[in-house]
Amino acid sequence: MIDVLYFAWVRERVGLAGEKVETGAATVAELVEELKAREERYAAAFADTRALRVAVDRELADFDAPLDGASEVAFFPPMTGG
Amino acid sequence: MRVAVQEDPFDFAAEAAAFSRGAAGAGAVVTFTGIVRDVDGGLRHMEIEHYPAMTSKEIGSMAGEAADRWSLIDVLVIHRHGRLAPGEDIMMVATAAAGRADAFSAAEYLMDYLKSRAPFWKKEVTADGSAWVAAKDTDEDALSRW
Repeated sequence: MIDVLYFAWVRERVGLAGEKVETGAATVAELVEELKAREERYAAAFADTRALRVAVDRELADFDAPLDGASEVAFFPPMTGG
Repeated sequence: MRVAVQEDPFDFAAEAAAFSRGAAGAGAVVTFTGIVRDVDGGLRHMEIEHYPAMTSKEIGSMAGEAADRWSLIDVLVIHRHGRLAPGEDIMMVATAAAGRADAFSAAEYLMDYLKSRAPFWKKEVTADGSAWVAAKDTDEDALSRW
């Protein structure tokens, strides 16, 4: 089980701030494909992953990053701090 | 070094004064304040969302990186989240060093990284509705100089 978190417009499109996901995905990209296949709202949120950023266990990562042993994956748009 | 991520307002003048007093041996203190700006008119408020489990850690590692690159006596970062009205202070950075070059460079570095790498997302709420603020390419490009 992995805690999957969504922020900003990703959260709004998916309709959830987070959820526990049972997955056999080896990478972030595989997890995204599994989520997209679930329902239209996920497909809408993940339509263009170039517009998204990901953190694995609270560290910024790439979409080809491995998930082995990861407990938390977060998806969000490019950050707008400051 | 202090990093504060908070919903409550902060008193910039009091924070800057306390930071300066505490930075023993500093010859230069640089401060930056980010303020909610009503760019197009009609901004009711801004909502800032963040990733609580990651935000302080990420800013702390940015401050640590700045301390490795420049000779700094102290660093302060305060960043707010939640609902902010136009004119309110969103965040501040303060750096203290023996000379101004290190203090200026470290403050600019921290600002550039906070803009594009600290997990905050701004939403603008107007009479017409609300919209997420898009990240600017110029902010992303600014990182390349470091």
